[in-house]
Amino acid sequence: MGLDSNWRDHPRVQRRFLLFSLAVALVFLLLILRLWYLQIISFERYNERSVRNRTRVLSLSAPRGPIYDRDGHLLVDNRPSFDVSVMRQDVVDASSLLERLARLLPADLDALERRWKEGTRFPVYRPVPLAQDVSRDTVERIQEHSRDLPGVLTEVRQVRNYLAEGDAAHLVGYLGEITEEELASDRYDGYRPGDYVGKIALEKSFESYLNGQAGRRLVEVDVKGKLLRQLQMEPPLPGNRMFLTLSRDLQEAANQAFGDQSGAAVALDVHSGEVLALVSQPTFDPGHFARGIGSDEWQTLLTDSRKPLQNKVLSGLYSPASTFKMVVALAALREKPSNAQRVIDCSGRFELGGSTFRCWKKDGHGPTGLKKALRESCDVWFYQVGLELGIEKLATAAREFGLGAPVGFPLPGEKEGVIPSRAWKRERFNAPWYGGETVIAAIGQGFVLSTPIQLAVMTAALANGGDVYRPQIIRRIENWDGDILLQTEPELVRRAEFSDNAWSLVRQGLVAAVNEAHGTGWAAHLDTVTVAGKTGTSQVVRRKSDEEEELAAEEQQEVPYRFRPHALFVAYAPADDPQIAVAVVVEHGQHGGSAAGPIAKAIFKEYFRLQKQRNKDNAEGDDDV
Amino acid sequence: MMFDRRLVTHFDWVLLLTVCLLALTGVANLYSATSGWAPVGAPIYVKQMVWLSGGVVLALLLSCFDYRHLEYFSVVGYVLTVGLLLVVLVLGKTSMGATRWIALGPINLQPSEVIKIVMILLLARIFGRSAHPLGYSFYDLWRPALLLIVPVVLILKQPDLGTAMMLMFISVSMLVFAGLQRGTFYGLCAVAVSGLSGGWFFLHDYQKSRIRTFLNPEQDPLGSGYHIIQSKIAVGSGGFFGKGFLAGTQSQLSFLPERHTDFAFSVFAEEWGFAGCLLLLLLYLFLIVWGLYVSRRAADRFGMFLALGVTAMIFWHIVVNLGMVIGLLPVVGVPLPLFSYGGTSMVTTMIGVGLLMSVSMRRFKF
Repeated sequence: MGLDSNWRDHPRVQRRFLLFSLAVALVFLLLILRLWYLQIISFERYNERSVRNRTRVLSLSAPRGPIYDRDGHLLVDNRPSFDVSVMRQDVVDASSLLERLARLLPADLDALERRWKEGTRFPVYRPVPLAQDVSRDTVERIQEHSRDLPGVLTEVRQVRNYLAEGDAAHLVGYLGEITEEELASDRYDGYRPGDYVGKIALEKSFESYLNGQAGRRLVEVDVKGKLLRQLQMEPPLPGNRMFLTLSRDLQEAANQAFGDQSGAAVALDVHSGEVLALVSQPTFDPGHFARGIGSDEWQTLLTDSRKPLQNKVLSGLYSPASTFKMVVALAALREKPSNAQRVIDCSGRFELGGSTFRCWKKDGHGPTGLKKALRESCDVWFYQVGLELGIEKLATAAREFGLGAPVGFPLPGEKEGVIPSRAWKRERFNAPWYGGETVIAAIGQGFVLSTPIQLAVMTAALANGGDVYRPQIIRRIENWDGDILLQTEPELVRRAEFSDNAWSLVRQGLVAAVNEAHGTGWAAHLDTVTVAGKTGTSQVVRRKSDEEEELAAEEQQEVPYRFRPHALFVAYAPADDPQIAVAVVVEHGQHGGSAAGPIAKAIFKEYFRLQKQRNKDNAEGDDDV
Repeated sequence: MMFDRRLVTHFDWVLLLTVCLLALTGVANLYSATSGWAPVGAPIYVKQMVWLSGGVVLALLLSCFDYRHLEYFSVVGYVLTVGLLLVVLVLGKTSMGATRWIALGPINLQPSEVIKIVMILLLARIFGRSAHPLGYSFYDLWRPALLLIVPVVLILKQPDLGTAMMLMFISVSMLVFAGLQRGTFYGLCAVAVSGLSGGWFFLHDYQKSRIRTFLNPEQDPLGSGYHIIQSKIAVGSGGFFGKGFLAGTQSQLSFLPERHTDFAFSVFAEEWGFAGCLLLLLLYLFLIVWGLYVSRRAADRFGMFLALGVTAMIFWHIVVNLGMVIGLLPVVGVPLPLFSYGGTSMVTTMIGVGLLMSVSMRRFKF
């Protein structure tokens, strides 16, 4: 190779080798520096990303806290519900998929298509619910056909199980999927879309106690999201156990006594304000909400004129009518003790300034004293005495019983009712007060409005001598270790002060109304226990245009349902040692005694049967020892 | 060929050992990278082992062969290979959207790989014969330039940007080493810059998106940016000592794509960490420096350029692959020599190694 014998040692060649070696070293140094940057300096960041890459946090929903009655009978617990939903991103041909599903699911194609369409509003990664609470067989059939049903998921969800169907639905409430607004509020911090929350009543108000704490599963997944193994597990914490003041059996008896009439009934413990039974009729099945209520069913519930969704115990407003007379009588006795001996001749009518006010008994009661006025509910006696007393003193007495203001029921939605006064009328109508309005108010009509719970509180106060307790529905809430998280004590709100004589005279009148001849409350009479009670027949507020229809109906001897007066009955028992007070309203039930009385009677009967049984059990228990 | 004692005494054991060490590390890494796979036929690492053995035998055979005979073969080889590149364009086998293969019975021949070796031989012949003490001028370069541009254009047509780039990098490295006149050097730089910017308009959409993705991988993390992001996560999460053999989560759980081919180094980096990477890179660096050393001590200019070209080929493959894997360069499908799975890459590399050994063994004048 003779081009250049010492070409190899030429300085240019030497220099080039040196330069090339240096360039190569420099490039490698750059690579190493880059690796240093990635692996040492940015290690934390990339390590975190690699962990995030391969781990997923799966939420384990906690079973919701069960609800018991006062004796520990289970009212509401949970059961598994099988839901069928579909991942939109995995669906290729939606219409044929839905057709295939329609053959497997207990839903028709139209309904499925509607749900599918509704679901397209959500983000793609969110499964579209197609059918909820399907049978185990359906789930198995779907799993068998899963190859032909790409994207279809079957999931198990815990739903509420209502052991006493429809019972106390207004008190317990129902669950529904959390809404966007709820998610945005602080109250639902930590909740996620798709979670179910209490929508009304106890389920809503005590959400934080009942909800429990969702568990977490930290799992490792591969790139396809396939679950490989569990890395960590925090078991869910079930919701707390809630014990109500309700008695299951009493509740059942009250519901049964109501039959298909609409209205409200509430029973209170006289010495604590604990709610023993609470019925609002017609009711609804909260279980339907658990299954995902259809919009048709929801519309029906909303538009039903008998208002099944309303808790009438708290938010139904009725004229207290003659049940109010116990307050009028007490006020009159406080103002003028001689009213105890007052005898008024009832001719069936009462004249004032050219107006005529009728007694419910057309022919009149004849000479009537306080006891007879209460027993036979003579309106004229109260017209006269009320007019003498005046609206202000009447209103003061009524307020002492908690009327005209919310009773502080531990659920929202309570109405305050109306106890009218001069000031109230000026503010409301900018008009002076007329004597005729006092007359009407004295029999609990006119402007006077109250809720069934107010009437029950009033009756309990009469029974216990003036103690107005705040109604309670929660006895206690405890966790699964038995620690008590919340316990309610009787809460005395105010006292109605009247003389012993006044209390006793009015109570005697109420005893007479149920237990003596001509008593209006005879329908609530019990042989075993002495019941004291007062009936009421509440005129339904009517519009002018209704009058013609009413006249026409009168000729047919029958009043249309919606114009029939409401039947009221308030009572307590036993008369000599009161324990339980009850208020019943039967909407359009016509006569307090005949429609509402039997319901109160049924409640008392069950109450004392239970008491007797408890005593017997205790006695037997003692024998064993 | 007669057995010659020098075949043993002058044998370049250092080169063979370095290459085998790297390749065996690569096989072990492939074992880990594909451990989660249900094998279809023989497992990947076994196949790679077979390729490696074949490659070593090929390299040993080549080292026995006097490279100087190849100087005359280079012209014929060039014409043949360019012919094959044309055939590929007309009736090649399409894989992954690009046409690169010719099916020769059971063997898939990839002429774009062969051309690398042939081009090195041809340029070594050209530069070896004409020494320009003052360096090459533009005028001197028209012939090698033309010889380079023909296969580059044919390969770009396939399209295979990575191989075309490799071919140019190798050739330019050899040219720069051969020496350029100052004016020519600057002129070439100007041509390269304008060529790169002008070339943008000739790129395919997928090539453009790769470059855009390189500039900002997070703009499309699940699409074209996925490879780079996942690779950086794998490498970065390795930390100093790595997650341990078979314990790299990114790779074992399949988040890392193409982890047995172009992204094999990411698996290694995740499992062995910075410490392992440093050792591996030093080993590669040693291989390159040893190649330069062989080139420097070659018996003749042809041998020098031949060794230099082979070293440049290995060097550029390493740099472009690692640069891509650790996010310094756009994603270009270039395998890491001796490390990525693939027969073609292994055979090409081992042919180069055989040529290097051949040059190394014949460095003494006798």
